[in-house]
Amino acid sequence: MMSTRASAFLLLVCLVLVSAALRSQSVPELRWGGDAEGGAPYVEADASDPSRVVGFDVEVAQLLATGIGRTARFVQVGFTSIDAAASRGDFEVGLSGIEDTPARRARLAITVPYYEFREVLTVRSSDKDRYRSLADLRGHRVATLGATLAYDLLVDSEARDGIIPVTYEDDVHPYSDLVLGRVDAVVLDAILAQRGVRRNSGLTNQPAVLAVGHYVGILSPEQTALRDRMNTILRDAMRDGRLERIFRRWDVWNEDQPRLYARVLADNSPHPVPASTLVSSTASGPQTWEAARRYLPALLRAAVITVVLSCLSMALAVITGALIASGRVYGAAPLRVALTGYVEVIRGTPLLLQLFVLYFGLAAIVQLPAFLAALLGLGLNYAAYESEIYRGALEAVPSGQLDAARTLGFSERQTFLLVRAPQAFRLALAPMTNDFVALLKDSSLVSVITVVELTKETSIFAANIGSWVIPGMMCAAIYLAMSLPLARLARRIERGWRHG
Amino acid sequence: MAARMTVLDVRAMEVRRGGRIIVADATFTAAPGEIVALMGASGAGKTTILRAIAGLDPIESGTVSIPRPVGMVFQFHHLFANMSAYRNVWLAPVHVLKRPRAESELRAQQLLVALGVGDRASAMPHELSGGEAQRVAIARALAIDPRILLMDEPTASLDAARRGDLAATLRQLATEGRTIIIATHDAEFAHACAHRELIVQGGRVHVVS
Repeated sequence: MMSTRASAFLLLVCLVLVSAALRSQSVPELRWGGDAEGGAPYVEADASDPSRVVGFDVEVAQLLATGIGRTARFVQVGFTSIDAAASRGDFEVGLSGIEDTPARRARLAITVPYYEFREVLTVRSSDKDRYRSLADLRGHRVATLGATLAYDLLVDSEARDGIIPVTYEDDVHPYSDLVLGRVDAVVLDAILAQRGVRRNSGLTNQPAVLAVGHYVGILSPEQTALRDRMNTILRDAMRDGRLERIFRRWDVWNEDQPRLYARVLADNSPHPVPASTLVSSTASGPQTWEAARRYLPALLRAAVITVVLSCLSMALAVITGALIASGRVYGAAPLRVALTGYVEVIRGTPLLLQLFVLYFGLAAIVQLPAFLAALLGLGLNYAAYESEIYRGALEAVPSGQLDAARTLGFSERQTFLLVRAPQAFRLALAPMTNDFVALLKDSSLVSVITVVELTKETSIFAANIGSWVIPGMMCAAIYLAMSLPLARLARRIERGWRHG
Repeated sequence: MAARMTVLDVRAMEVRRGGRIIVADATFTAAPGEIVALMGASGAGKTTILRAIAGLDPIESGTVSIPRPVGMVFQFHHLFANMSAYRNVWLAPVHVLKRPRAESELRAQQLLVALGVGDRASAMPHELSGGEAQRVAIARALAIDPRILLMDEPTASLDAARRGDLAATLRQLATEGRTIIIATHDAEFAHACAHRELIVQGGRVHVVS
């Protein structure tokens, strides 16, 4: 028990912290959102002081903050939720290599573009003569970051050239997986591609430009006045060379930028250059339904992946879980200790971490295909939970029945198979069904290792139409359509047993 | 007089649990067709003696000589909850004695009828009354043709009329040559059916009659 004095001290510390936080809020500041996981040269934690961030987007944010007489404060946001956070007003402006798309223009207030980038194809140097363009990659896996212009390029190319798009949640692993041979090419913007080639030996960027896009700042839709002030600041910085100095410092300045700035300075409207036309057109009203109709087959395909992955993982979990439980109930002491250790480690660490370790961490030793890694990750994780259910169920079978079996001459194995296991299975069925429904939903986590299942497909859909309402409802309906029959089936089996 | 034939021979048997002596120096025998009652208060060690004879609890010292298999009827019957009364009875003959299924089923049916529960064959254990469950448990124990039947507190779940029926059933089984050892604190029942009564007190066995 904590002593009264210790509690009082803790309370005091909390009060001091809260008041400090409140004081710091009273200083005028410009909150800007970005994803430090994106890394250099955009936003990354300073190696010498991880509490600070550095990058050209950090300097653009400082430029904007100074221009409106405030101090810049960084707010960490996951890259894929940056639009939603901006429209909620979690920060005043989002800057993190954010692309100018029609969907963003429709849903958010967008600054003028401050950087022009090119989408390029990266391949292994040994393949540089074989794979010069997307058309050369028919039937091959091509990686990119989800919900980007590059992703739309790949979806386009999937229909046209027959490539297989593979989406990642970050922009580091596409290149390391390209080196490992898990994918055969990567399409991303030139800044990331150059960084990928620098960090991984044996990769080459092809010279062809697949598309051109622009980085913009995003604000919540009602912040048009603030957006206009920011546009003035950006235009001034284009004129007097401050933006150029920032990009030169980060070694990303090139001849595309002066041309972009000339266009932006020549046109005083909020949107001086067109948004990328590759990205599906913005959705509202009937167009959303049109998009929903277009996405439905992809969602259903993703649902099949979810179902197949969940069923196979659950089968693995049930078999492994039963073996673990039997080992813990019947095994010798060292085996029991080892199995208890397994269960505690698996239950005590996040599934997400286990998936990362299986897919990326072990890649140097064994390169598991993404689906297999997902199956093993989910199956072995749930095996730990299943084993606890089965162990409890086995121990719940009255020992008197086991004594009775022994006096009748049954072997341990016969007793297990004929008497103990069937009763334990009945006891375990309800919690097992519960776990299966949970697994069905946890299977959404495997998108971090490039398996596109239902939730991932939904988030791609939502990012492209710029809204979660319709995609979210469709996704929920499909999950319910999968989980409700399961629950009904389990209830029917249980009822059947009670009466028979 | 010729030496009495023995089918069960328990000599200087000691059983401990967690270091504590539960049964000390128990010595007794039983002849074919004999009904022996082990009498005593709860906690006297009667059940432990039966369990040790059946091989369910290890003995610390002494010897037990008994022909296998042994039939045992538990106080709470312990029918297998996941199967019908009928399957409870034919399961061991088929899987342990490797007898043909049809023959085992026929014998199970006969035993259930003989014990007066032929019409409850398809019932699940939780659907049986205490008396029915006990008779199914007796049928299950008899199905493996044991020469010795051990019964722990057989009258615990029976009313007076049923107790009389059970005594008659046990007498009948004894006349067929089976030896029956009953652990009970029900003196009236013991007097009604046992040929011999032994008193168990503080883990020791005393001969009284």
